[in-house]
Amino acid sequence: MILTKAQYDEIAQCLVSVPPTRQSLRKLKQRFPSQSQATLLSIFSQEYQKHIKRTHAKHHTSEAIESYYQRYLDGVAKNGAAPVLLELSNEVDYAPSLMARIILERFLQEHEETPPSKSVINSMLRDPSQIPDGVLANQVYQCIVNDCCYGPLVDCIKHAIGHEHEVLLRDLLLEKNLSFLDEDQLRAKGYDKTPDFILQVPVAVEGHIIHWIESKASFGDECSHHAYLHDQFWSYWNRIHRDSILGTSDVKRGSMSAAPPPFLVSAALHLDSPLHLYFVVSSSCCMTHLHEHWLTMQTLTHHAGTHMDTVLTTWKHGLLCRHSAHHMGTGLPRRHAFSSFSPGVPRD
Amino acid sequence: MAAVLESLLREEVSVAAAVRWIARSTQSSEDDPEEAAALTALQPLRKEFVPFLLNFLREQSSRVLPQGPPTPAKAPGASAALPGRPGGPPRGGRGARSQLFPPTEPPSSAAAEAPLARRGGRRRGPGPARERGGRGSGGPEEGVGGESPAWAGSRRPRGSGSPSSPSLPLSDPPNLSNLEEFPPVGSVPPGPAGTKPSRRINPTPVSEERSLSKPKTCFTSPPISCIPSSQSSALDTSPWGLGLPPGCRSLQEEREMLRKERSKQLQQSPALACPIPELGSPLPSRTGSLTAEPADPARVSSRRRLELIALVYSSCIAENLVPNLFLELFFILQLLTVRRMVAAKDDDLEPSPDSLESPLFQSVHDCVFFAVQVLEHQFQILSYLDKGTLKLLAENDRLLCFSPALQGRLRAAYEGSAAKVSLQMPPPTHAVSFQPETDNRANFSSDRAFHTFKKQRDVFYEVLREWEDHHEEPGWDFEKGLGSRIRTMMGQLSAACSHSHFVRLFQKQLLQMCQSPCPGALGEAPDVLSALGADKLGRLRRLQERLVAPQSSGGPCPPPTFPGCQGFFRDFILSASSFQFNQHLMDSLSLKIRELNGLALPQHEPGDEDGESDVDWQGERRQFAVVLLSLRLLAKFLGFVAFLPYRGPEPPPTRELQDSILALRSQVPPVLDVQTLLWQGLQARRAVLTVPWLVEFLSFADHIVPLLEYYRSIFCLLLHLHRSLVLSKESKGEMCFLNKLLLLAVLGWLFQIPTVPEDLFFLEEGQLSAFNMDTVASEHGLDSMPVVDQQLLYTCCPYIGELRKLLASWVSGSSGRSGGFVRKITPTTTTGLGAQPPQTAQGLQAQLAQAFFHNQPPSLRRTVEFVAERIGSNCVKHIKVTLVADLVRQAELLLQEQLVTPGQEGGDPTQLLEILCSQLCPQGAQALTQGREFCRKKSPEAVRALLPEETPAAVLSSAENIAVGLATEKACAWLSANITALIRREVKAAVSRTLRAQGPEPAARGERRGCSRACEHHAPLPSHLISEIKDVLSLAAGPRDPEEGVSSEHLELLLGQLGQTLRCRQFLCPPAEQHLAKCSVELASLLVADQIPVLGPPVQHRLEKGQARRLLYMLLSLWKEDFQVPVPLQLLLSPRNVGLLAATRPREWDLLLFLLRELVERGLMGRMAIEACLGSLREAQWPGDFSEELATLFNLFLAESHMPQPQLRACELVQPNRGTVLAQS
Repeated sequence: MILTKAQYDEIAQCLVSVPPTRQSLRKLKQRFPSQSQATLLSIFSQEYQKHIKRTHAKHHTSEAIESYYQRYLDGVAKNGAAPVLLELSNEVDYAPSLMARIILERFLQEHEETPPSKSVINSMLRDPSQIPDGVLANQVYQCIVNDCCYGPLVDCIKHAIGHEHEVLLRDLLLEKNLSFLDEDQLRAKGYDKTPDFILQVPVAVEGHIIHWIESKASFGDECSHHAYLHDQFWSYWNRIHRDSILGTSDVKRGSMSAAPPPFLVSAALHLDSPLHLYFVVSSSCCMTHLHEHWLTMQTLTHHAGTHMDTVLTTWKHGLLCRHSAHHMGTGLPRRHAFSSFSPGVPRD
Repeated sequence: MAAVLESLLREEVSVAAAVRWIARSTQSSEDDPEEAAALTALQPLRKEFVPFLLNFLREQSSRVLPQGPPTPAKAPGASAALPGRPGGPPRGGRGARSQLFPPTEPPSSAAAEAPLARRGGRRRGPGPARERGGRGSGGPEEGVGGESPAWAGSRRPRGSGSPSSPSLPLSDPPNLSNLEEFPPVGSVPPGPAGTKPSRRINPTPVSEERSLSKPKTCFTSPPISCIPSSQSSALDTSPWGLGLPPGCRSLQEEREMLRKERSKQLQQSPALACPIPELGSPLPSRTGSLTAEPADPARVSSRRRLELIALVYSSCIAENLVPNLFLELFFILQLLTVRRMVAAKDDDLEPSPDSLESPLFQSVHDCVFFAVQVLEHQFQILSYLDKGTLKLLAENDRLLCFSPALQGRLRAAYEGSAAKVSLQMPPPTHAVSFQPETDNRANFSSDRAFHTFKKQRDVFYEVLREWEDHHEEPGWDFEKGLGSRIRTMMGQLSAACSHSHFVRLFQKQLLQMCQSPCPGALGEAPDVLSALGADKLGRLRRLQERLVAPQSSGGPCPPPTFPGCQGFFRDFILSASSFQFNQHLMDSLSLKIRELNGLALPQHEPGDEDGESDVDWQGERRQFAVVLLSLRLLAKFLGFVAFLPYRGPEPPPTRELQDSILALRSQVPPVLDVQTLLWQGLQARRAVLTVPWLVEFLSFADHIVPLLEYYRSIFCLLLHLHRSLVLSKESKGEMCFLNKLLLLAVLGWLFQIPTVPEDLFFLEEGQLSAFNMDTVASEHGLDSMPVVDQQLLYTCCPYIGELRKLLASWVSGSSGRSGGFVRKITPTTTTGLGAQPPQTAQGLQAQLAQAFFHNQPPSLRRTVEFVAERIGSNCVKHIKVTLVADLVRQAELLLQEQLVTPGQEGGDPTQLLEILCSQLCPQGAQALTQGREFCRKKSPEAVRALLPEETPAAVLSSAENIAVGLATEKACAWLSANITALIRREVKAAVSRTLRAQGPEPAARGERRGCSRACEHHAPLPSHLISEIKDVLSLAAGPRDPEEGVSSEHLELLLGQLGQTLRCRQFLCPPAEQHLAKCSVELASLLVADQIPVLGPPVQHRLEKGQARRLLYMLLSLWKEDFQVPVPLQLLLSPRNVGLLAATRPREWDLLLFLLRELVERGLMGRMAIEACLGSLREAQWPGDFSEELATLFNLFLAESHMPQPQLRACELVQPNRGTVLAQS
């Protein structure tokens, strides 16, 4: 199963102006039953973040804040147990966690002499029990647990996913006897910006020389790819090697800005058998077993002359969902998930 | 002057004597007294002879070379001020080929000037400027050799109707050669240099704007004034840019031209020998058929005269009396490939062989004959050219026709030549990798500097990438595209004082990207002619016939350029326009140049004739080439930056101004003491390394520089060197032929740079004699080693390739082919064996070692030095990870003790560091012993592995010992100087690390990390669990739909998975675990408050007590056994969570009480802590009844505290009842 660009667009289309709540996610799941919750959530989250980036400013004008706060006060005055804040944020189309932060800040401003520091606010959001007002504490808590795109819990989940993928990657590298330096070691050496891993001995995959690996625990849509490219990948490239990865003749570097080609496959490991490959992709699936990717690579080569960019995009999204389905949705043991991908390809 | 030539022609004076006379001021004993007398009379004119001869030849040939690129040359004089016309644009230049060194009087009429207009490109004033060259040295030629009217006439204004030269056809038909009126298409090199004409191809539309444009430069290069402003956008106008030839215009225009061309071809009469000149319209001399007039040796007129002049000319070339050897060769090849005579009036003249009255070249046959004569004399040089050129020469049908002998020799040379010069593709460019030694935080003064540099690196590469992507796009402008970004970046750098770091990066990147020459190094369009080779020229010819624009040719004297990637660095420097950056860059470049220039390149021991030496030689040549090319690149940029502030459009207009500038500039110390370096280079016989980069450096000098005393002396040295490099002299210890050729080529090129005054070359002897090469000890130096090969020669001097292009363009126009080659000659070079006298008292051991190496193949020495260098360095690294690491560990232990010891706590970190260092640093002394041991152990292994197995045992052991000694020396020198500082640094880092670790995080946590050995890491991922638990929490917090809920089985499964995850730990990171802990506490609170919506038919249920209790048990055990982070259990009693109970009806307290008891019993929470929490709970505001219940609970819990353990157990059994009671109370 591959998530095509069209499918991706369809999902993204559904997500326009949908509140980031449990209910929305459930509806999305019903609409796209073939996609895993994790995939949908990842796409949802990113689409929503884009939306918030666009509209963030208008919720932070002092007029807006005043009116939100007033509405909150009116609401809880009527019924403190009702989900006042959550409904307010849904109504004005803003993330509940962020709305909670606005109201909390405003509340603290009113009740304390000094304006609240950021760390105090963050700490209160992490643990609403610290909020002096019980009603507000409950409202904030409700916002946070119901928000599936923002908030300390979501941040923690994202962080955890990132960490897990790094560990998975490290395991694979160790398993394949590839010598590498990890981020901590690199930092100890004084590197300023580091990818997750630098291979001490570069490997080649399908003609691409791989020098370093970075795994990204989020859906690899174009937008986030560009952001990563700008913030991180070029920096690595500047420091480690410029030629790698894009060194093939058929993929010009210029085309990368149009559609990110194998750079997305920011790393791949070349193992003993030419067929036995693991790809490490900068997307929500940090790596999967060869078989599927090998097939897509075939597709890629096959279409190389014609629609390289489209194929690459398709391919990229395809990877993700597949992985997510096994990785997160079913809760199957991971090894199991991997080996289920391997038929037809000798493992060793 | 002409008198000399006349007397030569009359054979009154032998050529040898004449050349001796020209070359040396004093007479030698070999001279015939009669000859000497004849020449002595002409003494004052001696040094004017060569310019005269060259001018004469150019002038004579102007009529016969209507096609082909011009032979630029540089006239002496005119460097002085031009008081007559300050600032005013010169009107028209001077003849170059027709008059290399132009006449005294300005041309008087436009018509007369026309033939010359295009050629006299140098912006040089008329008349007065030439005074020195023309008359300055003792009167005009009329005074001495007044009987040569032809000569005199030739120096008079054309078309003035001079009666003394009625027979000269110079003024009538050759309007053809007037390139002002018949400008060639595309025959121009890039940039305004491009206005250099090529007469090979003429059909071009007459362009008005060209006539209005600035005077055409014909010589070597554009006015240097435009350099600083040159930008990629200004391709067409920038002399330094890589612009397209102006001839290449829009497609539309090309088509139009093609159309005209075709119509002209149709009109053309078949009689090509004497085309009818059409005034004002282009004359199609190169047509589709491209036929050249056949040359016939039998029809050569005045053979003897031509032979004599060829001999004199060749002798001058051989004695290096001409400024640029390759320029003359180019000229000769032009003569060889003359296509047809322009308006030759063959029948007009009956040449009198001894007179100069008649034109020298009366027909194509004369030209070819002369050229072949000269080529015969220059065979040696030709034989060293690249294989492609040799082949083209050997296959030249005219050459075969005129001198089968020479052709045979050339063929043989071609057969024997291995000098294939390939067009290398530049290797992919790499970024300079992050260098932990120099780029890490410790090398920066502050965090800010470090982070600024971090950003700069990214900006720099971003800029570079953008340049790579865009610089070839039309309309892209470096300054517009990148300028402001570069300046912003520079501004940030200046603030943070990290220039030296950035400059290091810049320089490294420069070397990495630009070291290898790019194809089309002169900035030309891809060169089809050289790419095709001679074989495919037939095809090319057919192709060419369809083109109007010819192959572009840069000419043999292109201006200094920044081809390929170098352009980026130049533009970067210009755009950055940062004083600090430039200064740092100059410092850095100077340092690197000194370093490379002083590099001890391996000395060649001749006589080592086994196969190994070949391999060695290749390596050494390669190394030399790398060093030389790097040096040239660095010196070029150094020159560029150093002279950048002084670069102006013109030499200063007045003498006074010039003098004041000179006075000022002479105060400025040179950026790099090149004079000393040159002296040292010459003395150490390393000119072949030093001179080429020096030339690159000087090529960027501004107009004033050559006038400065300091640089003038350098030019004198170079001139003298040039004169001394006589190619035909080959003796022991002499410089190798190709080395000489390289030096001659680069020096010749330098002398053609416009900023170098023309008269410099023809200096007074007095100035030259200051330098005496012979006094230099003939010790073995690089010069006498064959370090230069053709590849390097052509890489350094790509303009030599113009010879090949010229020949190839001849072939592509004529189908002559010669047969196969027969003989084979392998050129060999011999180098003298010179013993190296032991220098000063260096110690017998060192001398012995030198002697040892001297008798061994050079590879042995390299191996030993390499091993010593590596082992020494490894030794230091080894010490770092063993001894120093041990010491650091000790320091950490000591520090722990210090911190644990009461009273000592909270000591000042610097004080702590001092204590530790005073304890540990003395142990650093061990480093030397350990280092020695390491070197003793490792060096022999490495030497043994690297030397051939057959190496005799004694040699091997000596080599090993020397390697051990050198390595130990190196390692110990470093260690003894740095070990203390190193230990200090590492200990300091360790201390700060330890102190940081002492912070909030308990140190004990680390130990329990990691799961059991048997674990296969199959547990669910933490992220998955957090997200699942979050779902439950959000369900409980609501709002929820009526049908939403969870089953108790699901909750149990969830907690089970949580247990697995916590036990596996493989994927667990502290933040995730903390959140899991917090979520689990929240979950417990919900259970206690019975707030979890449970699924189940028919209506929404609450969890059964038993189920809830089971789940709480699971949680308790997780908290107790599995969590490794502190679990925020106090949250259970936070007002918010207890408040959940308030919402339930009927309120049930038993689960809470149960939980609290369990917490206490399992030691998860102290009784005191719980009491404190309960106490603070009472302070919160609650509904009245809830407060009461809370108080009851509190009392109940307090009452239990006094009960012994067993009773608690019993108590638990009756819990349900008590709960009910509580609820009802």
